[in-house]
Amino acid sequence: MIEVKNLHKSFSGEEILKGIDFVFEAGKTNLIIGQSGSGKSVLLKCMLGLFKPENGSIEYDGKAYSSFTDEEQRELRKEVGMLFQGGALFDSMTVEENVMFPLRMFTKQRKRELKARVAEVLKRVNLDGSENKYPAEISGGMQKRVAIARAIVNKPKYLFCDEPNSGLDPTTATVIDNLIQELTRENNITTVIITHDMNSVLEIGENIAFLKDGVLAWKGDKSQIFKTDDKTVTDFVYSSDLFKKVRDAQIKEIN
Amino acid sequence: MSYIHSIGEYFLMIKGVFGRMTKRSVLRELIFKEINELIIGSLGIVAFISFFIGGVVAIQTALNLNNPLIPKTLIAFAARQSIILEFAPTFISIIMAGKVGSFITSSIGSMRVTEQIDALEVMGINSLNYLIFPKIIAMLTYPFVIAISMFLGIVGAYAAAVLGGFVGSDLFLTGLQDGFEGFHIVYAFIKTFVFAMILATIPAYHGYYMKGGALEVGHASTTSFVWTSVVIIITNYVITQLLLS
Repeated sequence: MIEVKNLHKSFSGEEILKGIDFVFEAGKTNLIIGQSGSGKSVLLKCMLGLFKPENGSIEYDGKAYSSFTDEEQRELRKEVGMLFQGGALFDSMTVEENVMFPLRMFTKQRKRELKARVAEVLKRVNLDGSENKYPAEISGGMQKRVAIARAIVNKPKYLFCDEPNSGLDPTTATVIDNLIQELTRENNITTVIITHDMNSVLEIGENIAFLKDGVLAWKGDKSQIFKTDDKTVTDFVYSSDLFKKVRDAQIKEIN
Repeated sequence: MSYIHSIGEYFLMIKGVFGRMTKRSVLRELIFKEINELIIGSLGIVAFISFFIGGVVAIQTALNLNNPLIPKTLIAFAARQSIILEFAPTFISIIMAGKVGSFITSSIGSMRVTEQIDALEVMGINSLNYLIFPKIIAMLTYPFVIAISMFLGIVGAYAAAVLGGFVGSDLFLTGLQDGFEGFHIVYAFIKTFVFAMILATIPAYHGYYMKGGALEVGHASTTSFVWTSVVIIITNYVITQLLLS
């Protein structure tokens, strides 16, 4: 579980996060949604320790990140998996080497054990047989799955995903969404996802934070998002006619 | 003001490079990879340029020796001095700023653009150490390249001067040994060592702290070449003033 309390962050005097309070629950897919510039990425980077907030705290399982010693921060980072928007795979390494990278850096396992764990994880993301390919030789969807495999190979407690579906076709996007949700449940991971994809919100939004202008404007889950009358949320989520129709149909179904 | 900021940022980067170290077995592999890419990969172009520039220096010296009172041994003497003192350490380093420097900037810059550096940081890896330390260690073998350049430059001068009929082999070899000062070699290798550190770190700085996308990677490579060359030339002047005057 990650708890964000009264988080403030400014850049060049401009306040980007204006006192965010939110609990990201373990074993659930926690989504951060909001328009561009609403502070989603800044919040994520604060949680990852890449930005230092001016005020407030971020607690990992009840312990404030700011109180961690350098050693504790390093240990925490070993428990963090991150899926970047573009995958951020190392171009010079094969799929197997990419997935093996965190294990090589932080464990003392023998090569045979490393290979076995990598094979296990690649099989889990349906990429067995792609070990010797380079990132440039595989599709965008496969790159995302390799990135997921690399993020979970060390059995992280916390998984952060920055727009995991960007640049993917709807079918592949659904595959990625479902994979992240399954892995979250299987391993009781605290998963935090930034997304603009309304399909993801409606599919896997178990705990949603909606940010607007650096403020937590709404929170709830995918069923609540259908019912809410909060105009800021409905304007964002149901900005297209299609989603408005989906919403009406869903409300009818719920009632 | 931005120059002062950049200089400060550069030295903080150097401090960061020698901060928390990457796992030894991983570093070892990275160092060998960098030696292969930065040093071994440059030998061909260095050998080619050195041989022919050595030849050109000999021919030009020979063609300008019109006075019968000046001995022909001066052709070898001049070639040796210019190759050892300036051509091999400085001229080759400027070429390396283009070849190796651009490679370092663009490879690190591409990693920045594609969030690979962020990925390292999120994993708790000291990205400065992981990316730049192996390059610095690999560049410690750079004097080896310069030694080859000196040798091939002189071989090129010999080939051009003797085979071109400007001077006999005996006279060339005599000139080559005339007034030889061992300290000139020491001076050349001190320079080379300093240039190696410049070649490894300034391009790395431009790649690591670049902002933007693919277009900016190209821009950073160009800026990196310019600044690496400028710093090499200024450092060359300072070291020469300190050690030879």
